[in-house]
Amino acid sequence: MNLNAKIPTGPLEQKWQNYQLKSQLINPANKKKLKVIVVGSGLAGAGAASTLAELGYDIDCFCYQDSARRAHSVAAQGGINAAKNYQHDGDSVYRMFYDTLKGGDFRSREANTYRLAELSAPLIDHYVQQGVPFAREYGGTLVNRSFGGVQVQRTFYARGQTGQQLLLAAYSQLYKMVKAKKVTMHPRTEMLDLVVIDGKAKGIIVRDLVSGELKKFAADAVVLATGGYSRVFRLSTLAIGCNGSAIWKAHKRGAFFGAPSFTQIHPTALPQTSEAQSKLTLMSESLRNDGRIWVPKTTNEDRKANDIPEQERDYYLERRYPSFGNLAPRDIASRAAKERIDAGFGVGRLKNAVYLDFKHAIEKFGLETIKDRYGNLFKMYKKITGIDAYLEPMQISPAAHFSMGGLWVDYELMTTIPGLYAIGECNFSDHGANRLGANSLLQASVDGYFILPNTINNYLAKEIKENHPDISHPKFEEAEKEIRQQIQKIMAIRGTKTVDHFHRELGKVMWNNCAMSRSKKGLEEAIKEIKQIREGFWEDVKITGSADELNPELEKALRLADFIELGLLMCTDALERKESCGAHFREEFQTEDGEALRMDEDYSFVSAWEFEKGNFRLHKEKLEFEFVKPSVRSYK
Amino acid sequence: MKVLFKIWRQEGYSEKGKLHDYEVDGLTEDMSFLEALDHLNELLVLKGEKVIAFEYDCREGICGQCGVFINGRAHGPHNNITTCQLHMRSFKDGDTIIVEPWRATSFPVIKDLMVDRSALDRIIENGAYISSKTGTAPEANAIPIPKELADRAMDAAACIGCGACVATCKNASAALFTSAKINHLNNLPQGKAEQHRRVKEMTFQMDKEGFGSCTFTGACEVECPEGISILNIAEMNGRRIKAELRD
Repeated sequence: MNLNAKIPTGPLEQKWQNYQLKSQLINPANKKKLKVIVVGSGLAGAGAASTLAELGYDIDCFCYQDSARRAHSVAAQGGINAAKNYQHDGDSVYRMFYDTLKGGDFRSREANTYRLAELSAPLIDHYVQQGVPFAREYGGTLVNRSFGGVQVQRTFYARGQTGQQLLLAAYSQLYKMVKAKKVTMHPRTEMLDLVVIDGKAKGIIVRDLVSGELKKFAADAVVLATGGYSRVFRLSTLAIGCNGSAIWKAHKRGAFFGAPSFTQIHPTALPQTSEAQSKLTLMSESLRNDGRIWVPKTTNEDRKANDIPEQERDYYLERRYPSFGNLAPRDIASRAAKERIDAGFGVGRLKNAVYLDFKHAIEKFGLETIKDRYGNLFKMYKKITGIDAYLEPMQISPAAHFSMGGLWVDYELMTTIPGLYAIGECNFSDHGANRLGANSLLQASVDGYFILPNTINNYLAKEIKENHPDISHPKFEEAEKEIRQQIQKIMAIRGTKTVDHFHRELGKVMWNNCAMSRSKKGLEEAIKEIKQIREGFWEDVKITGSADELNPELEKALRLADFIELGLLMCTDALERKESCGAHFREEFQTEDGEALRMDEDYSFVSAWEFEKGNFRLHKEKLEFEFVKPSVRSYK
Repeated sequence: MKVLFKIWRQEGYSEKGKLHDYEVDGLTEDMSFLEALDHLNELLVLKGEKVIAFEYDCREGICGQCGVFINGRAHGPHNNITTCQLHMRSFKDGDTIIVEPWRATSFPVIKDLMVDRSALDRIIENGAYISSKTGTAPEANAIPIPKELADRAMDAAACIGCGACVATCKNASAALFTSAKINHLNNLPQGKAEQHRRVKEMTFQMDKEGFGSCTFTGACEVECPEGISILNIAEMNGRRIKAELRD
């Protein structure tokens, strides 16, 4: 199959405009006749559902939580980037585009990345109009701060709760359309399969998580906005319910999976303290604006942080990357922390952390300023650890965080299944091999509010003339039957081990072999081990209760079954990519000083994997760099 | 550490529920309260029993999905935190811990510790937005908003919608939740155009959902994980009178 990214012609800055000029339109009377399913209600899903509803489409929106307001966009703390150049510090759309492309180590499409930067400024306008209380100067204008991998200040924020404020704005707009009866909300409902009729996405099968009932929904197009899959590592910064099932089921129905192994490990989360831990809490990257990261210069250091004198501290990010210092991009900061921890310089009870110190910032700016900037983060740190970070440094550690990989999409955000779209974190599009901080809220929002509502019409315009899908079609019966059988099979195992047992096993294998550092040997071993976990799971998992009721164990089991398969694909992808780029660091491919060694000649492509009867087949979308010459990515 | 959990079990809305005893060993002080329940659930699965249904998602205090009554207090023994931020170090070895769902007529029990809080969504549905369509926004810096005003709006906007204010209130009033949203939007210039309609419609829906009246006991602001002040309720009442007088 030939992968066509459908990139419009013309100069970079005119591509999106050129696309819109040629895209087919649908008159308002016809939009009313078209139904669109949106799975997920985070920034991407709620943004798309509300905007499509405003345009006149009839929307069914699904989320597994009790309300759309819980979606995990809510947890993003630090901010959202936009090329407004309010700080008069030399920012522009082009610079933001270049920063993002370089941040992703030149593994994303120029045209997509440029559009992300281009639409960032109107997005801030949009959110301000929706009532987001962004931080302001005394004079009333908007404030910005810095984020990793960037030398300008282009990050907008609402305390340390930016994601929450943006999500609540999106949620409000969504419920405005619920009230207008243009959106039907289906909370506590999980998508379990995609229905494809004559090669086109025409509906989904869901499970009502309260009654356990399977239900069928038909539509003229299906939009997946289901977020990231880093829970494949079990311990991650994601919400416990985040999962990869919707995109995995779509993958198995024919949607190609792009760059599955590109996952971001965030440098500043709270360290793991015990085996029973369910979650690693993120401390916003914004803390690196003023916090300094260090470890002791000697191993087996027993003194308390405050007792270690200045000359015995190793500010390793400032040492290794003098021009970006503590604001080096995430992949680099995480790897540098791992390097120090592995070398025996780690701190904390389990020696698995590094210090993030605000002593100098408090001396320089005063306690009040630091409280104003990060107060709620310090409060959160204290609630969780019991430690007052105004008095002693925070202890932080890298944790699985974001999936750059996801369903392969073209410029229109359509997957390889016509009529199936993937938006937000669940697609692979703009971030390449590493995402810059504060670009996640941006991508989710821009995809949902601005891009999809302007591309879906190009497909739906042709669908008006077709028969509208109906759940009485045999394909719906078929898909429902398959799901029912899978559920029966899983319930019938009645083994001896819990779902969490297998998830912990999978998490360990993935974390050790497919996270910050990867090798041929480790990945081959991991693939073997995951296959054993899969076997063990299908022979010995134990689920109590029944499938016809609210059953949290069954929900977890169904998600884990998909995570196991996804883990296999991630390792397969990481094994195949014989180079290091961004967050994908293959030990065999590094420079003398331990930096990623890219192999542009052989690997300047997006890996797009096809599911083929249980195996994975690789397709390559060559990345053409027409406007920018990929350079060696240096933050030194 | 070892504790005795007394946990509310209830099959469904129309079934009768009661407290069950579970002695749980092997807990550590580092565990969050919800991780202790996870641990108990794993033990129940191994024993062949149905797991306890309880709510959670982000487990970092921001999504608002978790929330149970612990020893008679919403979100447990501390002020201003969520259940997921509570750790076992707040309890002693040998403690008895009573765990119940939110109790309010407007929050019917779904199962065990899970309740239906969709009434809060319906309050939002009735005016908690600025009716501008995507694509219609003016330049973001075109309307300056003084820092004090933006901060005030943000203080109110921080609400996570967990429902602890309702659960802890003896009248099961949703006044803190509703007022926080009204004041967030009505304080901002963008929210002014619809301010009076917003107050009327949201408070009308709040009453319609069966939430009780506010009698200013202040219990809600003690449990609110975001520390939202009851001054918001006074402000809302003022706005409500003003809106009604305009008719």
